[in-house]
Amino acid sequence: MSVNIAELTVGQDIGSRSITVTRTDLVKYAGASGDFNPIHWNEAFATGVGLPGVIAHGMFTMGAAVQLVTDWAGDPAAVVDFQTRFTKPVPVADTTGTPEAGAVIEVSGAIGALDADAGTARVDLTVLSSAQKVLVKAQAVVRLA
Amino acid sequence: MTINPDLQGRSYPAAEVYDVGREKIREFARAVKATHAAHFDVDAAKALGHSDLVAPPTFAIIVAQRADAQLIEDPDSGIDFSRVVHADQRFTHHRPIIAGDRLVAELHVDGVRAMGGGAMITTRSEIFALAPGDAADAAGVREPVATTTSSILVRGEGQ
Repeated sequence: MSVNIAELTVGQDIGSRSITVTRTDLVKYAGASGDFNPIHWNEAFATGVGLPGVIAHGMFTMGAAVQLVTDWAGDPAAVVDFQTRFTKPVPVADTTGTPEAGAVIEVSGAIGALDADAGTARVDLTVLSSAQKVLVKAQAVVRLA
Repeated sequence: MTINPDLQGRSYPAAEVYDVGREKIREFARAVKATHAAHFDVDAAKALGHSDLVAPPTFAIIVAQRADAQLIEDPDSGIDFSRVVHADQRFTHHRPIIAGDRLVAELHVDGVRAMGGGAMITTRSEIFALAPGDAADAAGVREPVATTTSSILVRGEGQ
């Protein structure tokens, strides 16, 4: 493990990253996860149910956001608990055939709590798209010992 | 149609076995833009002490949403899938999911709460690994792997 719990302090930054999202990414996630809800790939269906357009799977955003924690911890198996609430949808514009992103998700993480006895750190993630919080109470518990 | 209030407390037993394959772990990892070598390279996973490729932290959603489908597709539930919004999600891992695992999920409906004309439904999947050769409903020893909890908001008419 690359992180030593004794060297961590609450509030400490673990880093940040930008994740670009395209309609193709949503089709890939649909296939990989088995979630074929058409609000994630069909514009007419999405607007027909009152959405601004095609939106990312909440589970895509959650799954992509935690990679910051996985890479920081050095082992994907170190993430023993991960939770979030989904507050705002992430609309993904149709940029098919162009190099442009359909949406950008900004992820940053900070140490929210430390439990020396359990050997765990809680990482609190801030996850934004278009300056809106799209995940709330996004918390990953990482076993470091 | 309204949500059946008697759903609360209902359980659905383990119905089918989910075989965790290496290529599925790689495919799911790419789909969530994960790049850690332990998802792709068996030797890298073994160097971290795992017996095979390690699944990403949200991989269990595949198994959990299959279990949820039993409830959503139950004609008795009154749930219209086109009106479902995912409200929250949690994964508690008792041990990592590793390629070669044979998983089953037991679904429990922990909460049903009316919200306007709709309802908030909280489900929990208890995911276990079967011993080699055991069937989904075998009475053999099952190893707890993950507990997932999920709340879905089923929007009422006009919501």
